[in-house]
Amino acid sequence: MSRLASLLKHPLRELQSEVDEVVSPGRYTLLRRKIICIMVAASLIPLSVMAVLNYYEHQNAMAREIQNPLRVLVNKTKNSFELFLAERTSTVSLIASAYTHAELADQNKLARIFAVMQKEFEGFVDLGLIDADGNQINYVGPYSLKGKNYAEQRWFQEVRLKGKYVSDVFMGFRKFPHVIIAVQHTTEDGRTWILRATLDTRQFERIIASMSLEPDADAFLVNTEGLLQTNSNNYGKVLEKMALPLPPQTFEPTVLLTTDPKGREIFLSYAYFPEADFVLMAVKPKASVLKTWYTVRGDLLFVFLLGVAAVLLAAMGVTNALIRRMKEAEDRRELALREVEHSQKLSSIGRLAAGVAHEVNNPLAIINEKTGLMKDILTMQQTDFPKKEKLLAQVESVLRAVERCRGITHRMLGFARRMDVTSEELDLGELIAETASFLANEAMHRKVEVRLDIDPELPRIVSDRSQLQQVFLNLFNNALAAVADGGRIEAIARPKDDGVVVTVRDNGCGMSEETLNHIFEPFFTTKKGTGTGLGLSITYGIVKRLGGEIAVESTQGVGSTLTITLPKGQREALA
Amino acid sequence: MNKQDWKILLVDDEHEFITTLAERLELRGINTRVVFDGESALLAVAEDEPQVMILDVLMPGIKGLEVLERVKRTNPNVQVLLLTGHGSTRDGIEGMRLGAFDYMMKPLNIDTLIEKMESAIDYAGKAAKLGQ
Repeated sequence: MSRLASLLKHPLRELQSEVDEVVSPGRYTLLRRKIICIMVAASLIPLSVMAVLNYYEHQNAMAREIQNPLRVLVNKTKNSFELFLAERTSTVSLIASAYTHAELADQNKLARIFAVMQKEFEGFVDLGLIDADGNQINYVGPYSLKGKNYAEQRWFQEVRLKGKYVSDVFMGFRKFPHVIIAVQHTTEDGRTWILRATLDTRQFERIIASMSLEPDADAFLVNTEGLLQTNSNNYGKVLEKMALPLPPQTFEPTVLLTTDPKGREIFLSYAYFPEADFVLMAVKPKASVLKTWYTVRGDLLFVFLLGVAAVLLAAMGVTNALIRRMKEAEDRRELALREVEHSQKLSSIGRLAAGVAHEVNNPLAIINEKTGLMKDILTMQQTDFPKKEKLLAQVESVLRAVERCRGITHRMLGFARRMDVTSEELDLGELIAETASFLANEAMHRKVEVRLDIDPELPRIVSDRSQLQQVFLNLFNNALAAVADGGRIEAIARPKDDGVVVTVRDNGCGMSEETLNHIFEPFFTTKKGTGTGLGLSITYGIVKRLGGEIAVESTQGVGSTLTITLPKGQREALA
Repeated sequence: MNKQDWKILLVDDEHEFITTLAERLELRGINTRVVFDGESALLAVAEDEPQVMILDVLMPGIKGLEVLERVKRTNPNVQVLLLTGHGSTRDGIEGMRLGAFDYMMKPLNIDTLIEKMESAIDYAGKAAKLGQ
């Protein structure tokens, strides 16, 4: 029999392992991880790419937004400077050519001209007339410079050469920063003189102040040698060497991003003067300029992180729901597989059992008859020989064994029979009571209390009487086998929804978890040597065929409870 | 009726089984005739009508149920006890429908068999009386 069971179990083991593989929890964890990864990647990669692109686009746009006004401002201020210098140079040039040498050499006249210049144009400090040899012929101003010779000075040589000269800022003996404008005039008769005016560079500071820069910004004028021509907030005082390197020469206003000696990143906007040796520079620290950008960047980062969190939450939520659904579907499939497995097991076992029982029954019948004849000869004929009694005992023993085999084959055949379900309306309470009465003698003998608790409102059901009798007979037999003498068995029947639920409870030895797992399997038995292991399997098959359900609960040493639910009407049963 | 006067026919292809059964019945004072296939059974019935025929369902040649059907047609007074070696109640039920008196499953309990033979003979007697 065990060989038969193992033969049968072989294909089922494969089915079982397939089921286990499909529903293993590790597989779900892996699947869950994969789905989350794919969903997160599919959402976050485009999101991140968008965020990065956005970031750089925005940054560039912001930089352009910042650089343009800076460029315009520098251009405007440079124009103001150029206009300032051009106006004054033109004035000096006009005076040099409008008046005769005699007029300009006249102290009073020059003083009057200078007064008009001061009134019309701010910034003139003094005015002097110098002849072609560099001698100061006339002078109007706060100093006494008349008679001074400039022939050796660079500016004089340059004005002689170019006809016009605008100096860098310098201190000179006047002890304040100033700029010289010198213009040469040559008359038609070849007489040459030079008109030279000094400008106070405080006018420069005023032009720079008109740029209305923020407190941390800076603007100043330098010459092409890097000497500051106006005061700078951060890079030195007037006539000091500027602390920044000179940017490459360009006359168009240009903006550079660079680092100053203090290590600050700065936007440096500058423009070279085409007519003078000046460079106008405006400096704005990047940090303050990009304050708006940093705020926007913070907002962007916040939105991005919010997006990431939303994606993660959505991915996890959706995946969890998906996995739950899959798991439910797998569970249902597993259940269906197990049902199929069980019914396949039953039907193949049934066919085999019928064959085996038939093959075994015939030789068993011969053994039975032969042994019966031996017994007949020993008991019915007047034969006497030594050890007759012992031989008789052996014969009886063989007959008992045959009887046991007979019981087994008959039960196997009973199991194999796939009797058609016949339906009739029946009173389940009555049927249970009748079945219980079959065991009354044994129960009384062993002082086992059999208590029936049938709800009087129990509805009549449509089912198969004889099969139900077999079911309850099996359950009562099992319960009786489980309880000790003086134990208790109770059967409770109650209406439930559109059916009936019957509970058979005993206070017997109970079952281990291992036993519970195999309880409905054919050939599984705990009654070593006396059970066929088919009782509960048959019960399971019948209950299923009748459209019902069977469940078992048991605690070792406390007892077992088998619950059978039967439908009120005949339902399409499991094949 | 005394057991010695019973006329019993045993039909089964399992020689060992049926001859031993015959011997045991003889020990109990029941005389039997034994045949091992369907054809011989039909001949035996035609020759010497038994009161009870113990008939195996599964035999080579003419099957038990066919023998039953033919016997019931020719000799309706013969009471047939069917023997089945396997658990198909369908055969038993079919046999009852064809007129068998009862059916039993192998291995047999000899006392039960004798009780059934007795009932069959009683029944045959009563039926014969009613028939008259």
